Amino acid sequence: MHVSLFIPCFVDQLTPQVGLAVATVLERLGHTVEFRSAQTCCGQPSFNAGYWDEARGVASRAVEVFAGAEAVVGPSGSCVAMMKVFYPQLLAGTPHETAALDLAARTFEFGEFLVNQLGVTDVGARFPHRVSYHDGCHGLRELRIRDEPRKLLAAVRDLELVECDEPESCCGFGGLFSVKFPMVSTAMAEVKAGSLARTDCDYIVSSDPSCQLQLDGWLSKNGKRPRTIHLAEVLAGEVA
Amino acid sequence: MNSRPQEANEAAGQAILARVREALRLPAPPPHIRSQTPTAGPAAHPGLAILPAEASRPWLPDGGDSPAESLGIFTENLATLRAECVRVADMNAAAAWLAGQARQRGWQRVAFHDDPLIASVVEVLPCDRYRVDSPGESCDKTMLEACDAGVSGCECLIAQTGSILVSSNQGGRGLSILPHVHVVLARVDQIVPMLSDALAVVRQQHQGRLPSMLSFITGPSRTGDIERILVLGAHGPKELLVILVG
Amino acid sequence: MSSPATTAAAEHPRPGVAKKQFLHDAAEHVRDTGHRDFVRRALGGYYLSRDTQKARFRDWEQARDAASLAKWSAVNRLDELLPEFVANFESGGGRVHWARDAAEARAIILGLLAEADAKAVIKSKCMTSEEIHLNAALEEAGYGVVESDLGEFIQQLRGEPPYHFVFPCMHVRRDEISDLFGKHLGTEPTDSPEELTMIARRHLRRLYVEADVGITGANFLVAETGQISITENEGNARLTVALPRIHIAIAGIEKLVARLDDLAVLLPMLAAAGSGQPMTCYNTLYGGPRQAGECDGPEAMHLVLLDNGRTALLADAEQRDALQCIRCGACLNVCPIFKNVGGFTYGTTYQGPIGSVITPHLRGLAEWNHLSGASSLCGACTDACPVRIDIHHHLLHNRRNAARTAPSRLERLGQRAFAFVARRPWLFAAGGWLFRKTLPLAKTLRPPPLSAWLATRDLPAAPRQSFRSAWRRRSR
Repeated sequence: MHVSLFIPCFVDQLTPQVGLAVATVLERLGHTVEFRSAQTCCGQPSFNAGYWDEARGVASRAVEVFAGAEAVVGPSGSCVAMMKVFYPQLLAGTPHETAALDLAARTFEFGEFLVNQLGVTDVGARFPHRVSYHDGCHGLRELRIRDEPRKLLAAVRDLELVECDEPESCCGFGGLFSVKFPMVSTAMAEVKAGSLARTDCDYIVSSDPSCQLQLDGWLSKNGKRPRTIHLAEVLAGEVA
Repeated sequence: MNSRPQEANEAAGQAILARVREALRLPAPPPHIRSQTPTAGPAAHPGLAILPAEASRPWLPDGGDSPAESLGIFTENLATLRAECVRVADMNAAAAWLAGQARQRGWQRVAFHDDPLIASVVEVLPCDRYRVDSPGESCDKTMLEACDAGVSGCECLIAQTGSILVSSNQGGRGLSILPHVHVVLARVDQIVPMLSDALAVVRQQHQGRLPSMLSFITGPSRTGDIERILVLGAHGPKELLVILVG
Repeated sequence: MSSPATTAAAEHPRPGVAKKQFLHDAAEHVRDTGHRDFVRRALGGYYLSRDTQKARFRDWEQARDAASLAKWSAVNRLDELLPEFVANFESGGGRVHWARDAAEARAIILGLLAEADAKAVIKSKCMTSEEIHLNAALEEAGYGVVESDLGEFIQQLRGEPPYHFVFPCMHVRRDEISDLFGKHLGTEPTDSPEELTMIARRHLRRLYVEADVGITGANFLVAETGQISITENEGNARLTVALPRIHIAIAGIEKLVARLDDLAVLLPMLAAAGSGQPMTCYNTLYGGPRQAGECDGPEAMHLVLLDNGRTALLADAEQRDALQCIRCGACLNVCPIFKNVGGFTYGTTYQGPIGSVITPHLRGLAEWNHLSGASSLCGACTDACPVRIDIHHHLLHNRRNAARTAPSRLERLGQRAFAFVARRPWLFAAGGWLFRKTLPLAKTLRPPPLSAWLATRDLPAAPRQSFRSAWRRRSR
């Protein structure tokens, strides 16, 4: 399959290694990968703040950028949910409506793509650590992804997966919410990061760079371990 | 100040209904349902999906497929609800059991309502009795409040939820709620599997006019208002005793 | 909130006032980690029992569909069902009183009390009465009013509104309740929830017998039979409707269901989602006052049917499903915002996610849109809702509506600038480069909104190159 990478802004500017890891895993599985450099942001910041007209301009551009791609795969449940779930609503009644629906059907979150589209759970990786998985809310509730990343992690050699006691709690990022209501956002980070830290894991695995920013930000500020790592980085690691 | 004239009330009602009709001119988006469900539109709103009432039966908690199964589910639910349930062979045994309770608990006075079965049980109790529904008289609420227990019949029992359906026909509104102990005397064949069956029973029983009160009682009165810790006997009966006859 | 003037100010604050208060109260609450832990612990038992009850359903998701459809179709047929209900209810001997707004509802109830020459009023838990600030109005008119639900009774003694619309005093510790009872009722201190409950039981018993009027809410109004349905655990509503000579119920017009059989789905759903029970202890249907041949019950039954902004929400077809709410409180119990800011911070009658959805419709979008902003949109509420209200997406819809009707100029400028950049890949890439290069400086200067982030969280160091440059290099 020829996969077109959908790289969220956070990955582009702060964690490029995540995007590279996605490409590495897909290529290792025998697929070809492209990156359409005309892509920018998915428009979610505007959409979530209520500025739908502004978001619509950005979204219709993204629909055009990814036109004709066989599959669009992104390492973020949140940004993929924007394309898969919200673009069709946002662009309903516009000239881009059909293209948005078409794109939604071909867009996938990275872990979900491996398990449900490629039928792969074992990518042959080894990661000799104790990890806990943090469900990003958009992946969990907009895309209904829960078991897929766990299946992938279960197949990684020497990896021990432990669940925390707040598995479905939000980390409190929420985009602009994190700076508009910083004290609430931080209290949520404290609850979720605290729960993950109590598992005594070496790494928190996540499929959402924005959740990682929030959890790492709080953990680092408070001098606590562990740190997060993206699912793609775990899977692209050392080949068993 | 006095109550509002009827014309003013009607005007307010017309105004609200006009707003409702105006609001509903915009059709609703489809319902947010996940699974496929059989639907049919009502006569006045053919565009609206409505689920036949019986369709949900297989999705709700189970009430049993046979009387024996329903009995088992009912008594199990009562135990979980911390109600006491005793099964006796006949009315004499019921009377003997209740008399034992009255002696053991030192009941001074027990309230009851007019019903041939209940009268036969209450008659032999070793304490005073207060009938709440003497002909031509209202129930004396002070007297009822002072009773140690209230003995009532019921419309039916619901296995699915462990509920007892009483109505104002079983001694009015106070008998099953005001005394500290509520004793329900029922026949085993009064158990129905599901809540919807119970509603069918009362419709059947009271064709034309339903009693002014129908109450599903599910366990003794309770509260979790203090630190979400369960306490029985918040305002209603602390104890619920169910005597199943037959 | 004792005088009508302060009530009106609380109801419709100037834009910005409620938001400022929210931010202030949220910050205060967040600092009280002991309180937050206490509330979290109190909810721990709820999660367990809710899951136990959900598992008893043979198909929880399909049952949710059934419950959702029952309410969805009723809300969309209100034009037909309201008249049907009123006709059936009145044929049972009750009287319906229509109230367009809170003031009209209060006037109706004061009129009924005067007509009945009432002195003492006993109430069972009723959120619509909180919504119309009834207690203050009754007390001002000289009536003795006692809340009989244990949680509401405690809140009344504390002089506070409910903290949570189902668990009114879940934030209060037992030692505080013991002190409260000692102060108001002269009882000995105790740390036993059971003994505290019995103190309230003994105190209130006499009051049911003495009250002339009982005021309740209603959870459902059944069009087919003209009955109102009241759900409760303690038996206080049963007593409130059994002993006083007048019964006044207050209900929003959205409480309608078409058929009696709809309750066979809705009652178990309400109990499972709301409190983790197979059924709430007492689910009682009242078709009118005492009938001929019945030995007790009130001589008159009145029902106040309240609009108070509900038709405005009904007119918003997109969010109309919010009127399906059966007030189970499940969305509050799972909401990370509620758990961290507490019930009072909202400043609304209906707290939590559903409150944040409906309050802007009931009381004005300009003043109350900040509640829709105060959410990470995690969606736990929507998953918990037994009638499938699209709660968190409606928060998004409120944000969109507010951006259209009352945008913040600064934010709109920022959003437009961002959209301008995001439509131009070269500019976007340049912006990213600038962001990475200036990040170390920005961390020192801390301009807003970065300052809000950095106060409690670190930011990682920016990598030397962006993904797009890394990809170019990799592809060469």
